[in-house]
Amino acid sequence: MPTKTAKPDYRAAADAVVARYGRDPDFLIPMLQDLQSENEHVPPEAMKRLAEVLDVPLSRIYSVATFYTTFSLTPRGKHLITLCVGTVCYLKGAKAVAEAIQGRLKIEPGGTTEDRLFTYQPVNCLGACALAPVLMIDEKYYGKVTPAQVPEILAEYGAKEKP
Amino acid sequence: MIVATERLLNSPADLARLREEAAARGKPTGTVISLCRGGGCEVKGSGRLFAALQGAVEEVRAGGKDVQLKRIGCHGFCEIGPILIVHPGNILYCNVQEADVPEIVRETILGGRAVARLLYADPDTGKSVATSQEIPFYRRQTRFVLRYNGFIDPTSIDDYIAMGGYAALAKALTEMTPEQIIKEVELSGLRGRGGGGFPTGRKWRTCRDAHGDVRYVICNGDEGDPGAFMDRSVMEDVPHSVIEGMIIGAFAIGSHQGFIYVRNEYPLAVVRLRQAIEDAHRYGLLGEDILGSGFSFDIRINRGGGAFVCGESTALMASLEGKVGEPRAKYVHTVEVGLHGKPTTLNNVETWANVPYIITNGAKAFASVGTEGSKGTKVFSLVGKITNTGLVEVPMGMSLREIVCDIGGGVPGGRKLKAVQTGGPSGGCIPESLLDTPVDFDALTKLGSMMGSGGLIVMDEDTCMVGVARYFLDFLVKESCGKCTACREGVAQALHVLERICAGKGQPGDVELLLELCDILEVAALCGLGNTACNPIRSTIHYFRKEYDEHILERHCPAHECRGLFKFQIVAEKCKGCGLCKKECPEKIITGERKQAHVIEAAKCTRCGKCYEVCPFSAVAKV
Repeated sequence: MPTKTAKPDYRAAADAVVARYGRDPDFLIPMLQDLQSENEHVPPEAMKRLAEVLDVPLSRIYSVATFYTTFSLTPRGKHLITLCVGTVCYLKGAKAVAEAIQGRLKIEPGGTTEDRLFTYQPVNCLGACALAPVLMIDEKYYGKVTPAQVPEILAEYGAKEKP
Repeated sequence: MIVATERLLNSPADLARLREEAAARGKPTGTVISLCRGGGCEVKGSGRLFAALQGAVEEVRAGGKDVQLKRIGCHGFCEIGPILIVHPGNILYCNVQEADVPEIVRETILGGRAVARLLYADPDTGKSVATSQEIPFYRRQTRFVLRYNGFIDPTSIDDYIAMGGYAALAKALTEMTPEQIIKEVELSGLRGRGGGGFPTGRKWRTCRDAHGDVRYVICNGDEGDPGAFMDRSVMEDVPHSVIEGMIIGAFAIGSHQGFIYVRNEYPLAVVRLRQAIEDAHRYGLLGEDILGSGFSFDIRINRGGGAFVCGESTALMASLEGKVGEPRAKYVHTVEVGLHGKPTTLNNVETWANVPYIITNGAKAFASVGTEGSKGTKVFSLVGKITNTGLVEVPMGMSLREIVCDIGGGVPGGRKLKAVQTGGPSGGCIPESLLDTPVDFDALTKLGSMMGSGGLIVMDEDTCMVGVARYFLDFLVKESCGKCTACREGVAQALHVLERICAGKGQPGDVELLLELCDILEVAALCGLGNTACNPIRSTIHYFRKEYDEHILERHCPAHECRGLFKFQIVAEKCKGCGLCKKECPEKIITGERKQAHVIEAAKCTRCGKCYEVCPFSAVAKV
């Protein structure tokens, strides 16, 4: 776990993933996935380093990192809220749940709260349609969620009382 | 003793011997409790339940009782999960909670009696039934792809082999030539389960005949259609069937490298497939000189990046090359020029998983099930406003009504069925009046929808069909890669018009405008995502034109879903006069004395819906 004061060495992090997959741009997506999961985002310094080592234009790395929703260029919050907005969840009221989350935390889809506690990410389908609408925080699932339950669920993760 | 680095199987005879051993070892001598750990049950807490059972089982074993706890893959009937099955007797318990564990131990494991309250109650007869074969949901299914689901531990290669797994591979490698395999797949009539329905055998043959010495096979596990989770289940619960299918296909085509592209949202599928590949390597079923046949093949797993368009074959291949997932025009077919410019065969998860069945049982057995143009079975995820949510596998040609009403148990809560949506965002809505249509590739296309990967989403009378079209177009706008103008601009424009209609600002002529946009999308978009974007629009207009007109001309949403296009009214008979709505109304336009029926002043109402949400007596109605 990096200490809060020292800035992590993202160039070294990039070198580490290249060492793992080899200098083959074919593996760019797995490399970025590793960077994302190990650093909670894809740091721009790491992208620059990847461009140097893999000998591809930075624009290509940037385009890949911004095309796929799995990558984020800014650090994500401590807890990831994943709300399923697939067809079944939509039919069963995911929209109202989304509004409740966005209203409660004052964030937009893909956004992170100011206190960096939560990042909110709607996804297309979690494949747990029997329990629609489904909400997932980090690894934990919540089924048949109603807007009224949202404040209670968020409080489990330390969301502050209603501002 | 076997050295860890040494492969276990060097010939089909080794495999047969191992199968006998594994089958003997797996044969239950005492009680076996199998707990479903599929996606649905997992969400309902089968992980915690498993831990509780583990503790209880250990205790019982310490007392000298022969009892075994087993984890099984998705059993299908997610609605009644967590599902627990006890052998002997094949007793199925539903909605099992941690608190039920002591009673199950006392009554069933030690006492040999069923716990009546945990059995499934047939909604038609009201009677409790003990085994899955007696439940209508299971009784009407035909399982090829999911034939091992519920019987094997997804993490155990021995379980798969004991059930007959990898026998098809041994047969293909030693008793058949590549030509015979392709012939067999052609004769079976297998068509691509990813949605398009292209004949698999023809695809393989073209790829085999293409120029070049390097060929690739790819398994498309980027199941992106919302409401569809069949491929997820196959990858998580019977990963070896996908791998076995791919090895057979690779041998037939002449490929030595395969790829499985798994959707980013399916981390468990990646874990299971990775383990399955490792185990297959260890056994000598993957890698160099498979089963001593001289044929070598390996598989790499790639995780997707959360882009729907990557389910499109050329976009998927671009993604495998580490690029942005943009499709290319397909006048040059990928079977000739695919991944890295080499001939490539890409099939969906379910297609690959069908291959071992065809090789083992023969094309004839496979083709004996299904319709003229669509052979075999199809796995569907049955979801939406339906009583029995779950995963089902049925013969092609079964009517939608049979699937939705007989297996699915119809719409709950006495509501009326309005439409069934198939094919995801590329499919369409089929109205109740056409539910007797047999499910096959061609019949669904004729109705303006498509098979798609197999999501069947049931909609009831509370669903606004204009809203459904808007939902899918909103989905597609976000997922359009932006490469071609027709899709990037056309889908966005169609969404703009649909949003306008849903907001009560539709104009006469909007429907015609939408249809015109559909015509352009169909011919001008580069890939399937744009081409088929017209399906949700066209099918809802075709079958539910009246709803569009009502939105546009009368500013009214008949399903009471589009905010602003219906009114709120307090039903005097239900109102208890508690005053909650009066207090919450932001406009302060609700009047009425305490304990007297309240009234909303219609002319000043902004239709925000606050009163509807807060009323504890459901006395606020949408009209």
